[in-house]
Amino acid sequence: MRHHLVLRVVSKMLIPFILIFGLYVQFHGDFGPGGGFQAGVIFAAAFILYALVFGDDQARKVVPDKALILLVPLGLLIYGLTGFFGIFLGGKYLDYDVLLADDMHGQHLGILVIELGVGITVAAVMISIFRAYAGRTRAIDKEDW
Amino acid sequence: MLGVSDMVMIVDIVLLTLLCCTGVAIMIVRHLFAVVALTGAFSLLSAGLLVTLDAVDVAFTEAAVGAGISTVLMLGTLALTRRREAKPPKLSPLGLGVVVLTGATLIYATPDMPKFGASDSPGLTHIVPTYIEGSEKDIAIPNIVTSILASYRGYDTLGEVAVIFTAGMGVIILLGRRREDEYGYSEETAAFPLRQGGDTEPDFGDDK
Repeated sequence: MRHHLVLRVVSKMLIPFILIFGLYVQFHGDFGPGGGFQAGVIFAAAFILYALVFGDDQARKVVPDKALILLVPLGLLIYGLTGFFGIFLGGKYLDYDVLLADDMHGQHLGILVIELGVGITVAAVMISIFRAYAGRTRAIDKEDW
Repeated sequence: MLGVSDMVMIVDIVLLTLLCCTGVAIMIVRHLFAVVALTGAFSLLSAGLLVTLDAVDVAFTEAAVGAGISTVLMLGTLALTRRREAKPPKLSPLGLGVVVLTGATLIYATPDMPKFGASDSPGLTHIVPTYIEGSEKDIAIPNIVTSILASYRGYDTLGEVAVIFTAGMGVIILLGRRREDEYGYSEETAAFPLRQGGDTEPDFGDDK
């Protein structure tokens, strides 16, 4: 897609807004619509758009495969370990009340952290799946479509 | 002057009509590239419908996953295979009978469902009032969906994330390696779809 100047310019302008929107959906999910899963896929969509327009190699420079393979389990670990923190602090597994002195603040913190875990895993998995497919596909000629 | 419910009705009718047209088009069109594009449109229209049902969270997901990522994945798959269906399927009377019967049963059962948004519907009377009250008093966040998913149903969501993790790991392990495959693609020439310099063009047996 080297010749598609309009696509390149427009997507370069759009990608920052998609990322910001992803972050908004992530961290504002307890007050507005959204949450970790939605934020993760929106975030992944931005990276996939980048890879589509600027090429898979360029995208691999932005987020290397090694970083991605670490991020996939990281999100799940954040979620799971938050649950154990509940036990260490005298509550039950995934009990957010005990995380902070105040029950409500504990709930807020717990929800924020586990949503972050969900977001990281979902975004990393979506980008990985895309790469797994993209890496096997041959270069497509213009006439092919 | 149109009321709000009339407006919603008009939007619903327009969206559902377009959805039906897209569905029929997906059935008729034989060019798989067009079918993938139509599937994306179908997902986007469904996202619009979910917005009119006030399910904005689901609409987000549908728009991003259904219309965005899965369309891209299907295009990626399409690039590995043929662009046209090999054999146009024939109309099977048995299949048509099953579909018509199922559809008729669903339509017959629809009037028995509780009215949309009715507060006394069985699904909303069991534990939902506790969640709604607790979400305000104990958790104090306005988005009840988030408080149910992340706090009341934290175990379920943990399980869902584990499922996504497992799915991702499966794909990475099975397909993730960029290696020379049976078509003679080295790591250098196999790239989607933008990299130039696919020097050795293999014969995919395209239908041209």
